Order: sequence, then structure tokens, then C-alpha cells
Amino acid sequence: MRKIVSLILLAILLSGVIFCLTEIPFGRSLSKVREYYIDNGIKDTGATNIVTSVVVNYRGFDTLGEVTVLFLAAIGLSAVLHQEEKKPKKEGRKSSLILYTGCRFLFPLTMLFGAYIFIHGHLTPGGGFQGGAIIASGFLLTMLGCWKWRGINKSAAKITESIGGLVFVVIGLLGLLYSGYFLANYLPKGLPNELFSAGIIPIIYVAIGFKVGAELTGVLDRLIEEP
Amino acid sequence: MIYYIGAIGLIIIGLYIVLTKRNLIKVIIGLDIFETGIFILLVCTGYIKGGTAPIFSKDKLNPSLMVDPIPQALVLTAIVIGVATLALALSLVIRLYRHYGTLDVRKIKELKW
Repeated sequence: MRKIVSLILLAILLSGVIFCLTEIPFGRSLSKVREYYIDNGIKDTGATNIVTSVVVNYRGFDTLGEVTVLFLAAIGLSAVLHQEEKKPKKEGRKSSLILYTGCRFLFPLTMLFGAYIFIHGHLTPGGGFQGGAIIASGFLLTMLGCWKWRGINKSAAKITESIGGLVFVVIGLLGLLYSGYFLANYLPKGLPNELFSAGIIPIIYVAIGFKVGAELTGVLDRLIEEP
Repeated sequence: MIYYIGAIGLIIIGLYIVLTKRNLIKVIIGLDIFETGIFILLVCTGYIKGGTAPIFSKDKLNPSLMVDPIPQALVLTAIVIGVATLALALSLVIRLYRHYGTLDVRKIKELKW
């Protein structure tokens, strides 16, 4: 009964969506803003990756809100899962020598790859969020594969997170001071396709990378502590 | 066109799981599939036939063939928000399990309607 009702609902939804989508031409440029961003993106921001210039420069305020949402979700998670009495920690199963050695070998390489992704966010595909996620996956690897996982240093994660958010906001406020509006790109833009170019974009992306990495690692650590 | 079909297929599958399954973890997995379908649908709207990524890594690239960067930036935002809400939903499920000892929606009495 329940399945039949939901199938009927989904059929109505499907017919509506198909009716709408047949009106939209596929595979052609639909928006005028796209042409503006692609033609003027390098001149305005200095970043060769247009997606990065949209995320950090044209829509930087949106990204600040996004970072705030992530922060609030991490806080909400630890508030919901908070327990008064500490349960004794269970002894984890020992992982084999091959797994342990492999984890120890792969962990620094994962960190390096994540750092590369977020430092080169304005030149190549990637950026702060992606690099942060890669760093958190490196920590997840050690959580799952290492012999005795004692948990991350929580205060260090909190400090990294706070400094990352603070750098973002302070750079935005300095833009207010120098150029008259929040998150203005006031640093020299440099030549395109060089590492030190694009003004404030790489600085903000490095800050976001640290912040997202620390935050996701904290979330994973909180979830993995659960009995 | 195949992109639209795939995206809408994922959306329908996700909604079907949300509507019919009774295990809360499965409902969350359904929500995640639903979300992935929406991301693919959004990225599809910016597609251009034979287009390249909107990155000027070489001089030869033709700007008129670059795909729309705006849906990609929006989806980047949406993915991060999706991860955050997924983690929060999982924590709520853990809390419910700790309180009621079950994940079955039918057995959690205060949720009846």
C-alpha cells in the first residue's frame, strides 16, 4: 500500500519534471553571466580557474556563509552527541602489520596532496574545500588502519579551525579598509598562471583548507568515538 | 540528454527510498542519493557541447566553448553543506538509537502520526 502510494507520487513528480525539462535546451550556453565571468575573470581577479574566482571573489560572501554553516554543523554534532559520563574506551582490534605500515606510508603523502590541492586552487582544479576533504580522509585512514588510535588532539583542531575562520574574516575586513567593500581583492594580482598571483584568493583558500580539514577531522573523530 | 536521465533517475530512486524504507540509516542514504541527483542536474544545466573546463591553463583554449562556471561554484557550495547536514543527521540518528535502542521508525512511538 505504502509502496503503491509512493510510486504514484513519484510518477506525478517525474512527469512534471520531464514536462519542465523538455522546454530547456540542452548543451548550449544559457546565461549571460557566464560570458562576463569567462571574459573578465582573469582581468578582474587574476585567477586562471574561473570557478575559484567565482567562489572566492565574486561570491566570496556566499563562501563565508558556507564556512559558517559547516562550523555550525560541527558544533551541533558535538552538542547532540555530548555525553556526561565517560565510557571506558574499548580496545580496538589489532590491524595487521601490512595495513599499519601502509597507513604510515600513505598518511604524509595524503597530507602533501591535500596541501597541493588547496595551495594551487587558483590555477588548477581544486581548492580549499577539496583539499580539506583530502586531509580529513588522510586522518580517517589513520583512524581506521592504525594500531592504537588515541584520538586527535582536540584543542589543536579547534585552534586550527578558529585561526582559519579568523584569517578569512580579517582579510575581508581589510578589504573594507583598503578598497571600500568587504572581501575586495586589494593585493597585487600578478601574472596569470603563477603561484603567487590572484591577490587574496590563495590566502583565503589556504585558510579555508586548514579550517575544513580540521573541522571534518573533528567530525570524524567525534563519530568514531561512539560505542 | 543522458545526463538529465541519469540525474532524474537518481532523484527518483532517492525519493523512493526515503518514502518506503523504515530504517533511519537507509532513509539517510536515500537522502544522500537524492542530493547527488540534484548536483548532477545542476551541473548539467551549465554543459556546452564539446566544452572544456573553465580554466585558462593553456592559451589555445577557446573561451566560447567553456562550460558555465556558476553552477559548478554553486554545486561546490552545496556539496559542502550536504556533508555538514549529513553528519548532523547521522548524529541525531545515533542519539535516537541511544535513547530508544532501535532504528525502526515504526517502533519509535513518539514519532507516530
